[in-house]
Amino acid sequence: MRNTYIVGLIAILAVLIASTSHQTRAQSPKGYSVGEAIASFSLKNVDGRMIGPANYQGQKGLIVVFSSNHCPFSKAYEDRVQELNRRYSSQGFPVVAIMPNDPSAYEEDSYEQMKTRASEKNFSYPYLLDESQSVAKAFGASRTPHVYVLKRSGDRFTVEYIGAIDDNPQDASGVQRRYVEEAVNNLLAGRPVAVTTTKAIGCAIKWKNM
Amino acid sequence: MKLAVAIVLLGFGLTTPTTAQSVQVVKFDTLQQLLNRPTDTTYVINFWATWCKPCVSELQHFEQLSQDVQLQNVKVLLVSMDFAKDLVNRVQPFLLRKEITVPVWLLDDTNYNSWIDRIDDSWTGAIPATLMINPLTRKKKFFEQEFTYEALYDEVSEFD
Repeated sequence: MRNTYIVGLIAILAVLIASTSHQTRAQSPKGYSVGEAIASFSLKNVDGRMIGPANYQGQKGLIVVFSSNHCPFSKAYEDRVQELNRRYSSQGFPVVAIMPNDPSAYEEDSYEQMKTRASEKNFSYPYLLDESQSVAKAFGASRTPHVYVLKRSGDRFTVEYIGAIDDNPQDASGVQRRYVEEAVNNLLAGRPVAVTTTKAIGCAIKWKNM
Repeated sequence: MKLAVAIVLLGFGLTTPTTAQSVQVVKFDTLQQLLNRPTDTTYVINFWATWCKPCVSELQHFEQLSQDVQLQNVKVLLVSMDFAKDLVNRVQPFLLRKEITVPVWLLDDTNYNSWIDRIDDSWTGAIPATLMINPLTRKKKFFEQEFTYEALYDEVSEFD
């Protein structure tokens, strides 16, 4: 009788612990981890077309850059992002930029201004508006710029690298480590990515209703 | 006597400063040394930048916090993420305009990946961010968020 009681208690405790840990996970979504496959999405490009991973089924992967017009760190990286696309789109890793900010917080991040920016700077890659912010949330992006290198396996794209473009936003000529290039080069060589996550200062993504 | 008091008040309170405070340009090591020195003080360290709108809107709260007499054992430090090249033309005029008197460091250490985790593992790198730490007791709390004055005051009061 007593044993049954103890077993019952343990069972209740186990259920309690499981439900609390589940709750914690649900409350603080961290987005995709390295190795995880992403959910498909489709967002409006500055040219009006809808674009998503489905448009890149012939590629080896993607370099997804969460970026914005207003953020000085994003601006500081614009030329380097262009250069990434120039170098790697022909090798099967094109750039896709996504603007995740609430434009009511930053006028510069409106769809109209995104179009202006893309044409002024002659972006050679799509610049998509994540109007509902659901893609940024799914990825777990927190700032601009925030980069995800994806590898295609069949019709799925898995996350292989999360983080910074390189180790010096201020001065492109002072860069020592080119994290995104290193990750893509690893993948092109058929190797696992050596440095899978890095961190950098950036402009916090402004979420709606917060 | 009254006149003297009035003059003193005038001198301290009513005139606006005409020169910016001197901003110390530091590498991460300097910040690390401050955090390692075993002083029984609550440091409230806010990471901000002149170009960061939510940072700018909460900056006055940190100024106010440092002047709040209820919080004697608290030291406020503003750590700017502005680029060092913008110090004279942007950061100093900004501090003058906003009448910021609490110490400001400009952290000129752009290899962010080498030190962000040493502030706190949970920091993704987005700003504003605020660290509350007592280097003696090693008690520490980190916030990647924007504060209202009330929320900031409550956190600091509870921290002690």
